[in-house]
Amino acid sequence: MLDGLRLYLRYMGVSVRSQMQYPASFVMLSLGAFLFTGVEFVGIWALLHRFGSVEGWTLPEIALLYGMVQVAFSISDATSRGFDTFASMIKSGDFDRLLLRPRSTALQLAGQELTLRRVGRFTVGLLVLLWAASHLDIAWSSAKLSLLAASILGGACLFFGLIVLQATLAFWTTESLEIVNTVTYGGVETAQYPLTIYRPWFRKFFTAVIPLACVNYFPALAILERPAPFALPWVSPLVGVAFLAMTLQVWRLGIRRYCSTGS
Amino acid sequence: MRAYWAIVSARFRTLLQYRAAAAAGFGTQCFWGLIRIMVLQAFYRATTAAQPMSLPQVVDYIWLGQAMFAMLPWSIDFEVAAMIRSGTVAYELLRPLDLYSLWFSRAAAARTAPTVLRAVPMFIAAGLFFGLRPPASTAAGAAWLLTMLGALLLACAISALLTISLLWTISGEGVVQLMLNCVVIFSGMVIPLPLFPDWAQSTLNFLPFRGILDVPARIYSGNLPAGEVAFLFAHQLLWAAAFIVAGRCMLARGMRRLVVQGG
Amino acid sequence: MPQILVENLTKTFRIAIRQPGLWGAFRGLLARRYRTVRALDGISFSIEAGELVGYIGPNGAGKSTTVKVLAGILVPDSGRCEVLGRVPWRERVANVRQVGAVFGQRTQLWWDLPAIESFELLRDIYRVPADSYARTRAELIEMLDLAPFLDVPVRQLSLGQRMRCDLAASLLHSPTLLYLDEPTIGLDAVSKLAVRDFIRRLSRERGVTVLLTTHDMDDIEALCTRVIVISQGQILSDGTLEALRARVTPERWLIVDLLEPNDALTDPDAMEIRRDGSRVVLRFDPRVVPAAELISRITARHAVRDLFVENPPIEEIIARLYREEQT
Repeated sequence: MLDGLRLYLRYMGVSVRSQMQYPASFVMLSLGAFLFTGVEFVGIWALLHRFGSVEGWTLPEIALLYGMVQVAFSISDATSRGFDTFASMIKSGDFDRLLLRPRSTALQLAGQELTLRRVGRFTVGLLVLLWAASHLDIAWSSAKLSLLAASILGGACLFFGLIVLQATLAFWTTESLEIVNTVTYGGVETAQYPLTIYRPWFRKFFTAVIPLACVNYFPALAILERPAPFALPWVSPLVGVAFLAMTLQVWRLGIRRYCSTGS
Repeated sequence: MRAYWAIVSARFRTLLQYRAAAAAGFGTQCFWGLIRIMVLQAFYRATTAAQPMSLPQVVDYIWLGQAMFAMLPWSIDFEVAAMIRSGTVAYELLRPLDLYSLWFSRAAAARTAPTVLRAVPMFIAAGLFFGLRPPASTAAGAAWLLTMLGALLLACAISALLTISLLWTISGEGVVQLMLNCVVIFSGMVIPLPLFPDWAQSTLNFLPFRGILDVPARIYSGNLPAGEVAFLFAHQLLWAAAFIVAGRCMLARGMRRLVVQGG
Repeated sequence: MPQILVENLTKTFRIAIRQPGLWGAFRGLLARRYRTVRALDGISFSIEAGELVGYIGPNGAGKSTTVKVLAGILVPDSGRCEVLGRVPWRERVANVRQVGAVFGQRTQLWWDLPAIESFELLRDIYRVPADSYARTRAELIEMLDLAPFLDVPVRQLSLGQRMRCDLAASLLHSPTLLYLDEPTIGLDAVSKLAVRDFIRRLSRERGVTVLLTTHDMDDIEALCTRVIVISQGQILSDGTLEALRARVTPERWLIVDLLEPNDALTDPDAMEIRRDGSRVVLRFDPRVVPAAELISRITARHAVRDLFVENPPIEEIIARLYREEQT
């Protein structure tokens, strides 16, 4: 376990050094991502400026939701590139190389790249979170802070798990796997607003099927001291980790299929 | 003319090969459209004050945006970008063609094929299930078609300009990213332009980007009266002309620079 | 106890059929059709420690399928396979720990960084102890002459340099077995010789067992004492190169450089295959007429500048072997 972690850190070092060979590109793309994410928030700000509030949620509260999901997603987006580009790796036959090494393929894929330019989205999320924290009328305790951190990490695990699922699909079909992108980016958009504004079937989907609400909405309710529909918003971030663990099991099934059909 | 048709039909065929992609892309857009509409419905529920757009008009706006998604100058022409990067673009000067027109037509082909493929099912689905209404009147419908043509010209002119900008920067991502962000927010893709603060409206009305989505969508739903079509179409054409002139200048200068440098 | 044991391996694939044209593309949207391909049709062989075996066959014959099974990447439909005493696909990690592989067309090195950094990452991936890594690395650098460009990013290396780095990378963990797939493809003559030399030394001095898959017959002739020929999933021949030649055809070629370009060259026991200006290629059976006798007959009757006797090129042998099997 520790050895795996050490290898992962080594991989990250290699990836960072690789990307630093192209500093101009990094700066440009990070800036672009920063602006792109920022522009989204401008849209939210404009709506709240015009309408005042939505379902009783004000701008700082929405900003909390927004910041949490953007930071969580950018962390997973930065670390999941190996899985994200897996479909092309299968097509080119480079996956065989990973199977030829005495290590778990998941670890090798996770270590493939730490996409530095995601720092653009990360920064926007962080800035919005900080702004929200300073404008919210709540008492920040260490319990709430750890819940915030746990939800962000749980969210990162959830999004990472979605990308693992997308990669696993590539074992069955080499065609475009946009359907998972749909859920991922759709999820990021959905999580920016309180769950209550959506239709019931939508709410159920993002609570039970893709437990996005558990890593974003419910912890936010606890932090904002709003009434929660059930008693355990403090535990819900763990659901994100459990989701990731489940997707990694499905991944193993995918490898078994690959080895028996030869892609 | 036949060459143009060959490009378009080849694109169709390629798109059909990816059957899952065709379905998933459509699914993605329906999903995103629904999310956006649910969000805006929640905002409208919370208020009784008069708004610059009625909710049904917003619904039309959003679905038209999804249907016309592929029209936007999202990306540069990758083949041309590769040519520029490798230097082989100099060979294009040997052709008995006007280079700008060629690249402009390529941008047009890249826009029309996917748009038609996406717009038709989107109109049907959104019209039947998701609240997209027919044009506000026959005059509105005709005006809409005219402004769609204007939107196409404008989008192609911007896209061509972005591609040409690659002649000047090694990593063209910088300019492209900046322009993309402008396009996305100021065309109304993030939220409908009328919902931005009142003090921003005059700037938004001046900028070219509204011509790509905002103008056609609002004429369609009647939010902008059909009688104003002459003015609006002229706005689109003038900006398109400005981009075309800028594009031609940059191309001429850029190619001369390339040739002089012996690249 | 053979290191590699393969018995009656079979493997069949299902491949989707792409239908041509616009109408075909529409139909493909609705219903997919498949065809089956027998990649391996009951192949058997065994390889002992330290052998340098050539594995040749036309494209699609089943070469890479075999190697994938041996590596544990692919599970066969039936048959028995043991590598170093293990069933490869059941104990993938334990198996690949003792295996190295180089694919000619693809590098396993990290593109934007110097090769030496790839080596260090591989050391951690394979968990090579520090002292044995230092020793092995030094030896490989010396044997392959890598020192001049170890600090250059891999993307800037020439194909020959990159291949040598890839060879070193595959051996850092001192594997017992080495699978080489087209290691000399696209290399210039000097690099080819260097790579061949290295492989030979690996086999002779280090006792590494090598399975060489290649289309390059010069590689085979230079390196392999044993050659396995596979075609359409079946093994056509397994033995020494000489045995293969003798089995297919005992014939040899006589190449004559005449002084007079249009001199007609005929002999009852020899057949002209090719004429290129003043160079004539003749085919003869040494059992019917010994080479020496044929040569003296020809030189007696014609003005000859130069002549030499050759075995038919191995491609010719293989091609005939395939043709034989098809009839």
